[in-house]
Amino acid sequence: MTTESVSVTIDGLSVSVPKGTSIIEAAKHAGVLVPHYCYHPSLPSPAVCRMCLVEIEKFPKLVPACVTPIVEGQVIHVHSPAAIKAREGVLEFLLINHPLDCPVCDQAGECELQDFVFQEGQAASRYGDYPKRYNPVEDFGPDILYVANRCILCTRCVRFMDHVAEEPVLNVSERGDRAYIGIDPSATLDHEWAGNVVDLCPVGSLVSKDFLHKARAWDLDKHASICPGCTQGCNITVDTRDDVVVRLRPRANLEVNRHFICDTGRRDYRWMNRGDRVDAPVVADAAGRRTVAWPAALTHVAETVANASGSVVVLSGGRASVESIGWVLRLVDGANATAAMHVPLGEERAIGAVPNLALRRERAANLAGAEMLGMTADWATAVHAASSAAVVIVLDAELTDDEAAAVARAKSVLHFATVADPRLGASAILPITTMVEEQGVYVNRDGRAQRFLPAKPAPGMAWPAWRIAAEAWALGAEGREAPGTASAAFTALEPFAGLTHRDLGFTGRVVAGAGVSA
Amino acid sequence: MSTHSTEPYRPVFTGETRDRLEALGTKYPTRQALLLPALWAIQEERGWVSPEAITEVAEFLQVTPAYVRGVVTFYTMYHTHPVGRHFIQVCTTSPCNICGAEGVVEAFLEHTGCLDLGATSPDGRFTVIEVECLGACAFVTPVLINDDFIESVTAESVPALLARYP
Amino acid sequence: MGYPHPIHPKETPLLSEYFGDVAARSYDGWVARGGYVALKQALAMTPEAIVDVVKASGLRGRGGAGFPTGLKWSFMPKDDGKPHYLCCNADESEPGTFKDREILRWTPHALIEGCAIAALAIRAETTYVFIRGEYTEPCTIFEAAVREAYAAGVIGENAMGSGKRIDVVVHRGAGAYICGEETALMNAIEGKRGNPRIKPPFPAVSGLFGQPTTINNVETLAAVPPIIVKGGAWYAGLSLSSPKSTGTKLISVCGHVQRPGTYEITMGLPMQELIFDLCGGMRPGRTLKAVIPGGSSVPIMTPEEVAACATDYEGIAAQGSLLGSGGMIVMDDTTDMVYQIMRLARFYAHESCAQCTNCREGTAWTTRILERILRGQGKMADLDLLLSLADNMTGKTICVLSDSCATPVVSGIAKFRGEFEAYITGARAPAMAEV
Repeated sequence: MTTESVSVTIDGLSVSVPKGTSIIEAAKHAGVLVPHYCYHPSLPSPAVCRMCLVEIEKFPKLVPACVTPIVEGQVIHVHSPAAIKAREGVLEFLLINHPLDCPVCDQAGECELQDFVFQEGQAASRYGDYPKRYNPVEDFGPDILYVANRCILCTRCVRFMDHVAEEPVLNVSERGDRAYIGIDPSATLDHEWAGNVVDLCPVGSLVSKDFLHKARAWDLDKHASICPGCTQGCNITVDTRDDVVVRLRPRANLEVNRHFICDTGRRDYRWMNRGDRVDAPVVADAAGRRTVAWPAALTHVAETVANASGSVVVLSGGRASVESIGWVLRLVDGANATAAMHVPLGEERAIGAVPNLALRRERAANLAGAEMLGMTADWATAVHAASSAAVVIVLDAELTDDEAAAVARAKSVLHFATVADPRLGASAILPITTMVEEQGVYVNRDGRAQRFLPAKPAPGMAWPAWRIAAEAWALGAEGREAPGTASAAFTALEPFAGLTHRDLGFTGRVVAGAGVSA
Repeated sequence: MSTHSTEPYRPVFTGETRDRLEALGTKYPTRQALLLPALWAIQEERGWVSPEAITEVAEFLQVTPAYVRGVVTFYTMYHTHPVGRHFIQVCTTSPCNICGAEGVVEAFLEHTGCLDLGATSPDGRFTVIEVECLGACAFVTPVLINDDFIESVTAESVPALLARYP
Repeated sequence: MGYPHPIHPKETPLLSEYFGDVAARSYDGWVARGGYVALKQALAMTPEAIVDVVKASGLRGRGGAGFPTGLKWSFMPKDDGKPHYLCCNADESEPGTFKDREILRWTPHALIEGCAIAALAIRAETTYVFIRGEYTEPCTIFEAAVREAYAAGVIGENAMGSGKRIDVVVHRGAGAYICGEETALMNAIEGKRGNPRIKPPFPAVSGLFGQPTTINNVETLAAVPPIIVKGGAWYAGLSLSSPKSTGTKLISVCGHVQRPGTYEITMGLPMQELIFDLCGGMRPGRTLKAVIPGGSSVPIMTPEEVAACATDYEGIAAQGSLLGSGGMIVMDDTTDMVYQIMRLARFYAHESCAQCTNCREGTAWTTRILERILRGQGKMADLDLLLSLADNMTGKTICVLSDSCATPVVSGIAKFRGEFEAYITGARAPAMAEV
């Protein structure tokens, strides 16, 4: 890179950033947050909220940090008396018509108006007892309510629909203090990516109906994860309350999903809270069907695999991690097994203006990882092979009746299961964790390996599938040792040799060249 | 008075109106620049800019209805509701205000039968509003009735003036 | 001629000579009065030569900011291969200002000619004349003049046989004061909400349709033809006071004078003479109380300041106010300053585009406080609150509408504090009903 860099001083801290960087982004590099509302790094800046006014020495007026590029040698003050006073003024203006309904507002606790008023606002109102502006709550879409009274007219939502989703159904209507966010009366915010306006809204003006009054923000535990919904691999945060997943939100990754996720991914969390989970190993053999402890279950798995006289088939669901796929294949000596991942297909739904971001046709997060490890997406062939196989391992795959019948014809079936499936006639049901209960890695369609972290505890005795496979594999020969952590399980896999989970950071790392073959 | 009609919407941009706008369009590098002229054409024809008209404008200019509505509601001269047959705008900004414009407004309300500013008279004949500076401050009180710009209206001259607008 | 009053001996009728002369509206009538000589001359000049003449004249923008016109034109890029545009700002909306209206309706061809010359100077082929929607009659007259000018071949694809293309397009506004702000005006032409844009980029770099653009006020452009004909030095010599304020200025005077109307003065005429000689002074038995000299957005002047004031950019600035657009609101001793300042605040609250927080909320809040005082429900602390809000509304937004709302409040409280206090203490009966 030959980008020219520029050095400035921000609140006494020196920072060098590429030429053309805005003051607000340069300040971020210096570790200084310039309070702001309308600015968002994934949207064009209108500089209308006037919160980010900062002082540049020798400038006659404060300047908006969001649209002002830095110039070499500038001395910038974000926390000078003049800048603080300006922000105090803006906060006061924003509050005069803002209802103080924080106790019943979903945004409370993660509200930027609350945060900045708490930091720098005035303790008392000078507005007096004038009535506040009132507009009714409007239904904007399948999952979006507009609470106009809380709106600070930052216009992030309008700009998102105009410039990112490229479906301009929102507008600023009227003018002056009568202005509000309007929606085309014949339209609704049902664009596949429209839900992002709720995240973009810095206050509680655009709220999710699904999450409405469900939990207080401060009661939520937040966990970095990867959306399991498709091969895009959007970075998400899984929000839980009392170990129940209540919300999925985008987590910034400029290389993958910027600040956005699609509504399909956003909505698809209820399976994470299923109550009918398998929570102890079950073995069904000549001695009958019984719940066993892990050593007995592992021995059964190791023996079943060792005694297989004939072909081995692995049928994996779309949410299995590279660790689980890798170790299951190692257990069955993958080179001689037929292994496929079930990849449901859907319609591709692009976001509009962000290149290489879409809800993908292939609705399986780890297809690329599976392929790197030797699995295919040729589900039909694998299911057909299962009907005459000696051993079939079903790795949390959902099967149709016909597929289940084919699997049941195999000599023996080992079911790595989240929920039991009596149709399979499995000789062992091995309780496994889901991706929100374990640490693991998915590889997205662009070859980017990204890790997800556990968001809730595993039910009962459930283990990550990789651990079951690895422990059973270790029983197969002298001197084998199973990895003790997910990271060790990852490092031990040939395509990722030498990499640890920590090496992937929170935004992943590209480990393969070409993307997934369509 | 224009009223909400149960008849299907009849497009405005046909025939001569359409040709006129298309010709005007050649004078701008973007089609969107025709938005204000197109809205004027709608209002001249129909008296107000209805939701259906917004959709027609949007289709004509290849923008969304939401976009058009954002623009319509910005400019105060476009009516988003039906108004009286004669639309009366009385300037009451400071220069006129200090010379008695509020008395002229009262005279208009009284002699038109409009119960309030912005309300239409029961016979559908008039709507009266106060307007911010009409830019004729030496001719107190300037009044716009439809497109007629009338200078130096006094409370006393209101009845005779209204008689010209049956 | 002169409109609405005959030309006063102390006037210098350069632009206003034919105000009131209906025959001057037509193409033939305009040519008979010496029209289009300047354009013919300019068509034979280089753009640089035109800019040089205008620079030498000292002409400054008549819309309010007073920026030197020739310098502004010289900012336009050369040989950039992009289309250039000229915008004519005929959105005259500043309360108290109605001078451009007279040019549009009495001497439309003067403006067409000025537009054409300016377009040549900045290498533009198209001029968009943005006329405020309320100016129905001036717009109709001006549009007719444009049609005539095309028919006569003075503008069009071969202006006056020069082979040069000059197009003039009238674009009608629809009710928004803020469209008088240059970038808001460009948005309005582009079919957008009239929101002012962030600067930079400045219009000469990226203006109308993203192309290099110059925007000038009606009066500025109408002053160009005589400058071309008579020379920059001649125009620069028209000055009674400061050498930085040259030429003539249309002053539209309204309010409590005997003869309100538009007057054309040589820069620097004493304001006292303007009000008391040209305009006939106060109504019988009344005395001067206050003058807002440059449209409602400038500080209010007291009679003492008026008496000491030369009417030009520097003279009015020396008295703490601004020449602005030259829209002069004269108020006599019957005027309720608190009420009028409230009316002005209400005007700005009505016209705020809603983009910037300070303006959207500040203009409305300021209005409410002033209304409260007028209802007899004010508190002394309200005056400090008003000044504090005014400070938060000044120099903090994209455009200056917010500042414009604060200005009369600040100067009003500074100069007429007693009137505010009278409402607050109850010494004066409420001017507005309780709600």
